[in-house]
Amino acid sequence: MNFELDDVQTLVRDTARRFAQEEIAPLAAEMDKTATFRMELVRKMGELGFMGVAIPERYGGGGMDYRCYALVIEEISAACAATGVIVSAHSSLCCDPILKFGTEEQKQKYLPPLASGQMLGCLALTEPQAGSDAGSVRTTAVLDGDEWVLNGTKIFITNGGPAGVAVVVASTDRSKKHRGLSAFIVPADAPGYKVAKEEHKLGIRASSTAELVFEDCRIPKENLLGAPGDGFKIAMATLDGGRIGIAAQAVGIARAALEHAVQYAQERSQFGQPIANFQAIQWKLADMATEVDAARLLTWRAAWKKDQGVRFSREAAMAKLFASDVAMKATREAIQVFGGYGYIDEYPVERFYRDAKITEIYEGTSEVQRIVIARSLLRD
Amino acid sequence: MKIMVPIRRVPNPDVKVRLKKDGSGIETEGVNFLINPFDEYAIEEAVRITEKGGGEVFLVSIGGPENEETLRAGLALGAHRAYLVDVGGEWLDSAAIADILAGVYKQENPDLVIMGKQSVDTDNNQAGQMLAAKLGIPQACFAYKVELQDGKAVVQREIDGGLEVKEIGLPAVVTADLRLNQPRYASLPAIMKAKKKEVRKVTPADLGVEPKNRTRVLSLAEPPPRKAGQKVASVDELVDKLVNEAKVL
Repeated sequence: MNFELDDVQTLVRDTARRFAQEEIAPLAAEMDKTATFRMELVRKMGELGFMGVAIPERYGGGGMDYRCYALVIEEISAACAATGVIVSAHSSLCCDPILKFGTEEQKQKYLPPLASGQMLGCLALTEPQAGSDAGSVRTTAVLDGDEWVLNGTKIFITNGGPAGVAVVVASTDRSKKHRGLSAFIVPADAPGYKVAKEEHKLGIRASSTAELVFEDCRIPKENLLGAPGDGFKIAMATLDGGRIGIAAQAVGIARAALEHAVQYAQERSQFGQPIANFQAIQWKLADMATEVDAARLLTWRAAWKKDQGVRFSREAAMAKLFASDVAMKATREAIQVFGGYGYIDEYPVERFYRDAKITEIYEGTSEVQRIVIARSLLRD
Repeated sequence: MKIMVPIRRVPNPDVKVRLKKDGSGIETEGVNFLINPFDEYAIEEAVRITEKGGGEVFLVSIGGPENEETLRAGLALGAHRAYLVDVGGEWLDSAAIADILAGVYKQENPDLVIMGKQSVDTDNNQAGQMLAAKLGIPQACFAYKVELQDGKAVVQREIDGGLEVKEIGLPAVVTADLRLNQPRYASLPAIMKAKKKEVRKVTPADLGVEPKNRTRVLSLAEPPPRKAGQKVASVDELVDKLVNEAKVL
């Protein structure tokens, strides 16, 4: 077992880090303040292959393993957590289900523009009455001749605003409850598809979190993803991969907090010496560093397991649960190291603190992650 | 067009250099290495030339097996193949490096050699010039812009007084400076392609070369710590100090 990165993974990480520090980091504070995203970043990232890291080369992707994907998400997130989730939601939540459950026609049609970054993707699962209880989704899909007709409302959809395509989970048979859910590939230009509202958030403000409304939204019959009734299974499998992405995002946020705290502690003097000399500060930094490493290794372990082609739900849940917790602790302690300066927006640590919170919530709250882990323990 | 691009593996210039306790070299533990930044401008220029007019770019790096990682990074930037000249951990000065590069040159006969003007660890700014002299071919250093025309290169060079334009016949050695171009990022597909590109491992003996150092490092020491500056109350006081204390005027 080798903890070191191989040649390809090292190059991937170095390229992603360089791009993130040179092209994304300088824009991050402004994008957060104005809650706007620079779409040309998606184009640039697309050109470098960041929008389709783990998609096979024959569909225009990088053909790399999930650890490479986790490395890219971590590096981007360390510069800007919002950009990190834009890439992660696009890749794990939209590209992956099409890759895993799509027909060859669907893959040929949708994956190349997604992998190249020409088009952003999203997963439309959550509804006002269906969050953790994803099985109780109420959006309906009815077959009418050659078309499916969707009706319903989805909220809190990451990338919802700019997405060109959405994987939508809807009910095709209410009587079967979660077994009556199906998944659909819905292009954003389908009639009846509307982006209704953008949420204003505490953190990851540069990313779009939107409400999607389907009013007799018509899509071709061929756009059913998988078989009728597969929707819940597809959603759960999709979230497993997404959790690795969010874990990597959380690791990136925590690492950024650590790095800034380490640097500041060496520059800031009080009582005649750098505060990095004080044990209280040293112990904070030591704890942060240990936890960031542990979170990263859990994330890599989950990525490795996914690449093996075996069940990885427990490992992904553990990685996301732990990493999001670490992101919360590290960002809190980083502000503490900065003291008063950490509280003002001239320094980036307050943004890291605001960005960290969502990692405990989306793609399955920490509570849901614990359920997944406990079920896995008690079943096996 | 065949272009030779020598590249050097250097410690990350953003990381503070520390000396080993016995002063025998720099501390490499925990330091990450990368392609000498000036060499990246050289790779980019060479790749752009072949993208426009056809041909191939081959890299050359001198050192140990760890240099393969550096060469892969260079291949991911668009170069087509590479040489790793294994010198088994020996320290070589600019002249010895020029000896080896001349050996590779004689095997490959490229139309152009482009390399960084200096490496950021040793900062000698000599190897390119020495190579040209050894081979008896023209040189244009600190290139700001390179234009190729039939059998010659028109090179704009940054000099202290401004820009000098020089026309040299090919084959020639050009050394690259900061503003020559904007190096690309290695895209993920390019990184995957780089895995399969050839890295040919040779020794100086294979090249028929016996590299010879003309210099010897006696010792290494950290620069003395900066002393505190002085604040002066007026320009007159400043001039007085510069004349009478620092004695620089």
